[in-house]
Amino acid sequence: MLEESFQEQIDAERKIEPKDWMPDDYRKHLIRQMSQHAHSEVIGMQPEGNWITRAPSLRAKMILLAKVQDEAGHGLYLYSATETLGISREELVQQLHEEKAKYSSIFNYPTLSWADMGAIGWLVDGAAIVNQVSLQRTSYGPYSRAMVKICKEESFHQRQGYEIMAEMAKGTAEQKEMAQDALNRFWWPSIMMFGPQDSDSPRTGNAMKWKIKRQTNDELRQSFIDKTVGQAEVIGLTIPDPDLKWNEDRGHYDFGEMNWEEFWSVVNGNGPCNKQRLAHHKKAHDDGEWVRNAAKEYARKQELLLN
Amino acid sequence: MSNLFKYTLRIADSSLVLGQRMSEWCSKGPTLEEDIALSNIALDLFGQANGFYEYAAELDGSRSKDDLAFKRNEREFFNHQLSEQENGNFGTTTVRNFLHDAFNFLFYTELASSKDEILAALAAKSLKEVKYHLRHSSNWLIRLGDGTNESNLKVQEALDFLWQYTGELFEMDEVDNDMLDNGLGVDNIQLKIKWDELINNTLKKAKLKRPIDGYMATGSRKGIHTEYLGFLLAEMQFLPRAYPDAKW
Ligand SMILES: [Fe+2]
Ligand SMILES: [Fe+2]
Repeated sequence: MLEESFQEQIDAERKIEPKDWMPDDYRKHLIRQMSQHAHSEVIGMQPEGNWITRAPSLRAKMILLAKVQDEAGHGLYLYSATETLGISREELVQQLHEEKAKYSSIFNYPTLSWADMGAIGWLVDGAAIVNQVSLQRTSYGPYSRAMVKICKEESFHQRQGYEIMAEMAKGTAEQKEMAQDALNRFWWPSIMMFGPQDSDSPRTGNAMKWKIKRQTNDELRQSFIDKTVGQAEVIGLTIPDPDLKWNEDRGHYDFGEMNWEEFWSVVNGNGPCNKQRLAHHKKAHDDGEWVRNAAKEYARKQELLLN
Repeated sequence: MSNLFKYTLRIADSSLVLGQRMSEWCSKGPTLEEDIALSNIALDLFGQANGFYEYAAELDGSRSKDDLAFKRNEREFFNHQLSEQENGNFGTTTVRNFLHDAFNFLFYTELASSKDEILAALAAKSLKEVKYHLRHSSNWLIRLGDGTNESNLKVQEALDFLWQYTGELFEMDEVDNDMLDNGLGVDNIQLKIKWDELINNTLKKAKLKRPIDGYMATGSRKGIHTEYLGFLLAEMQFLPRAYPDAKW
């Protein structure tokens, strides 16, 4: 009965709110997906954070730092939205540290040149937008509203990243080489951000029925590729996929086979930076413990003084 | 080089170097909220540096603001030695910033009435931000000083170490004196009285002991620094130095 009216509400495109009844699996699915999203925003600060102290101009420094700061804000916003499902941020962070919760694998790749700041903004934020625009229509109210707010900033990030790439692609020979190299390294991991192909994606079923997900992985991936190919052409960079070509009949670009062996290996903890990203996050958390304790103790003492 | 140029450059250098230190905190803060706050401070400081470098470049006439930030060596930087001190733990950063923010707050308050309109405008804009920085570092100093035993010991230790870099803030050399005589600059010696008062009040609230004046570092006005600055600059300046023809 409850389940039926829940589904009716979803089918009528009315948002589910924190106080509404929801199936346990709906709640679990959301906690998993939203916390993974929050962790991705926060872990995603690291690869770009790697270049803040080396940004090549005052303007570049401010833009990059503000961007990474935005991502921290997204993380905060998403943690709060996830907490409406009855789980605390401490628990979520603990799940991350115990490797029970995941984050997007794209952040397990190293950033090796300044052009990577361009590639990440353009491709990674670009792919995130495609996903998040779709999630603006997700059935859970707090998640949907978080996406609306976040999307505005992501498109800003995407434009700034593209601007870095464009600037470098028309710069010196060395700069162009860095830009192409960054595209070569980030292209495939970026299109794999949309997850496994629909045929191998076990959870798509319920997520679609409950309208948590509104489009499948393959649909989202296709739409990202379709809008990105032209952008690469405009700035004279080559997408590293020899099979990429326009398919008149489908009205979409065909593209090559993704390396799923690498994908699963990185998802399962064996990527170039998995250990480092987690260790960095844990260290910051551990180093901050005495500070958080002191703040708590100070607040407790103040409370006593008032009473 | 005019004294106005040198004076402006010194301010810009301190903002940039402290901003660079603060930006090192990104993704390492004790909480996500604090991470964002530390980045905010770094962004303010970069914005201030940007403004003062822009003016310095205009006075210089041949170098751009980015040339000034990225193409000068250690001995040509004039930031306070306090600003280049390493972040250490969160307590070290809090103490360093508190000592500097208290100075900056008083300094910009005075500089805002400089006869040089641009300097005055830049100071007034910076002052708004520095008020917030001072509130932020003071609040943390009090929380940490009056928090746990462990936190009290940590900030006291940082205070005892960093105290040696506070003497320099109030020095006056021929540039400062000339600027002051022309109604353009600030009388740093006068600032010391108010600074002492501000520091003493906050240290009392934080249950910390004011260190006794001992050895005081000096030299930044002549480009003399601690050993940390060279590494900070090497990292910060690497790209424009490695690819001098590139635009970014
Ligand atoms: Fe984001
Ligand atoms: Fe973003």
